[in-house]
Amino acid sequence: MPEVRTAPLVVEFPFTRSLGPVQSAFLTGLRERTVLGVRGSDGRVVVPPAEYDPVTAEEIRELVQVGASGTVTTWAWNPAPRRGQPLATPFAWVLVRLDGADTALLHALDAPGPDAVHTGMRVRIRWAAERTGAITDIACFEPERSEPEQSAGNGRQPIPHDGEFADPVTGITTPARLDYTYSPGRAQSRYIDALADRKTIGERCPSCRKVYVPPRGACPTCGVATDAQVEVGPRGTVTTFCIVNIKARHTANLDIEVPYVYAHIALDGADLALHARIGGIPYDQVRMGLRVEPVWTDDGRFPDHYRPTGEPDADYDSYKELI
Amino acid sequence: MNKAATAKECVAVVGIGQTKHVAARHDVSIAGLVREAARRALDDAQLTWADIDAVVIGKAPDFFEGVMMPELYLADALGAVGKPMLRVHTAGSVGGSTALVATNLVAARVHRTVLTLAFEKQSESNAMWGLSLPIPFQQPLLAGAGGFFAPHVRAYMRRTGAPDTVGSLVAYKDRRNALKNPYAHLHEKDITLEKVQASPMLWDPIRYSETCPSSDGACAMILTDRAGAARSPHPPAWVHGGAMRSEPTLFAGKDFVSPQAGKDCAADVYRQAGITDPRRQIDAVEMYVPFSWYEPMWLENLGFADEGEGWKLTEAGVTELDGDLPVNPSGGVLSTNPIGASGMIRFAEAALQVRGRAGDHQIDGARRALGHAYGGGAQFFSMWLVGADSPAA
Ligand SMILES: [Zn+2]
Repeated sequence: MPEVRTAPLVVEFPFTRSLGPVQSAFLTGLRERTVLGVRGSDGRVVVPPAEYDPVTAEEIRELVQVGASGTVTTWAWNPAPRRGQPLATPFAWVLVRLDGADTALLHALDAPGPDAVHTGMRVRIRWAAERTGAITDIACFEPERSEPEQSAGNGRQPIPHDGEFADPVTGITTPARLDYTYSPGRAQSRYIDALADRKTIGERCPSCRKVYVPPRGACPTCGVATDAQVEVGPRGTVTTFCIVNIKARHTANLDIEVPYVYAHIALDGADLALHARIGGIPYDQVRMGLRVEPVWTDDGRFPDHYRPTGEPDADYDSYKELI
Repeated sequence: MNKAATAKECVAVVGIGQTKHVAARHDVSIAGLVREAARRALDDAQLTWADIDAVVIGKAPDFFEGVMMPELYLADALGAVGKPMLRVHTAGSVGGSTALVATNLVAARVHRTVLTLAFEKQSESNAMWGLSLPIPFQQPLLAGAGGFFAPHVRAYMRRTGAPDTVGSLVAYKDRRNALKNPYAHLHEKDITLEKVQASPMLWDPIRYSETCPSSDGACAMILTDRAGAARSPHPPAWVHGGAMRSEPTLFAGKDFVSPQAGKDCAADVYRQAGITDPRRQIDAVEMYVPFSWYEPMWLENLGFADEGEGWKLTEAGVTELDGDLPVNPSGGVLSTNPIGASGMIRFAEAALQVRGRAGDHQIDGARRALGHAYGGGAQFFSMWLVGADSPAA
């Protein structure tokens, strides 16, 4: 049994979101220490506000200001905060019904321990010092130790609000990040191990006899496990290709000088082509049928590129089933 | 049981709505975007939210747009409260398969009237990044989406002997068709064939002008049964056949130029619809052509031309708006590409043609039209054939 490899895989991207009128007013309001909700067709005040009525589906736009204090409707203790959560020390996740609202908002409550938290307790917003128009403008909630402040919006009744602010926030960035432990499985682990010796190992399907490179451990056509290892290559044939003239953002080709040739190469003995760059020949002289071999660099896990072997070109009929 | 109780219900398209597709809709949230298309579909059908029994939505893979559950986030915008709501995933073909899942719910008499919708806001994401996740131990994709497809185009040219001008003819045609479609993203009023042919070669043999744009947009349809169609204020489009097929992205023996799953999917649709000669019996085609060369490739894959002959139809002008097999009268994916919605736009545009409601890009007398979508690495296929006449008639 080969050692099965694993490696961390982080998927991370700063997605952007246009807010539309209602979310724009809500987030801009937070920047101004003002919490807005929206009144639904049944008169209930929804906080955070929705664009469309949860009962009738009609567009709802009647904004109201609610209080900065409220009541915990339920909660859960978070003993081990993770990256990106509102507080770095243990805290309670709370649903808070702000004064004047009919629905509850999810946020964090800064409390010394679970014994200090209970449903029905009074809490108030702790505003972030730097506010940008984001849900994190509410740093967290904290237990209300004194009587509520008697300022606008802090009473129990919502106050009509036009949602107008100077310099409104219209879009936000919402970074997403997923942390995985990735394992390519036994077949690919064997393949990767063999590459360290500069050998390419495919696997043959016991049913259709096709040789898969890289191997996936099963034949996708027959649905059976592949277990017979077969060394293929190192030489192969260019079955088809394109000439890449642009560097694409967010792909791995930023360090490669353009133009270059991106080719499908059927290694001798393999029944499907793998993809690689062609070098050692002017890009405009690459052709279908060109015979090539791998070129390794000292630190590369894969061949850096393939170069012509100098053999005569392969006959089209010998590889036409592979394109 | 009698036959009436066991036969499938006939399904009609009675409402169609699209947003004006553009590079960036910064003025609306995703909820606002889908709402706009859904509202227009309801208005077209003269129905209200209360008339809808279920909602079926589709979008591009999550990484294209952010990790999200649109079926959760968009339930209120789509009036789905208290109703079944389903999400469909099939990569770029998702708009087509979403419409077919909705169709099947009506055909099976599970629901009488279904809202189906697909969307994408490419401006708030990066599809190229979504396709290039840095998977450990795997060689990174070195060339981008065009680099993935361009070698298959070269293989098609080699296999058929097509002259290298065919791709530019498709792009020139589709961009001119888009000028007649107010919802199309690209409106290149001064487009010329010379400009297409002079545009930079990005992934030789694919030129910049032969690639699709990045768009924000949504498309919605209302599907209903015979009773619903009888109340429709405008002529319905009737679903005469619909099918989906899948195959692995990579397997030994895969024909990347003309995938077997595409052939099988088309054959199933034609069998259901009683089509024996697609070239003559079908009046308009909306096919998924993200790079111009896929028009002649799909003409062969879908049975409109013999193997090796597709490019001759394009070259002879058969697929032009005034040709005898117009392809992508709307301007197609080459003019509008909110990826998650692109398949549904093909299906909806086919329906608009047989309803006689396609406006300036209407094909006179269109009675039968094919909508086609594909996605993944030519892995998923979905198609429907819609007609002006009820299949029961
Ligand atoms: Zn097999």
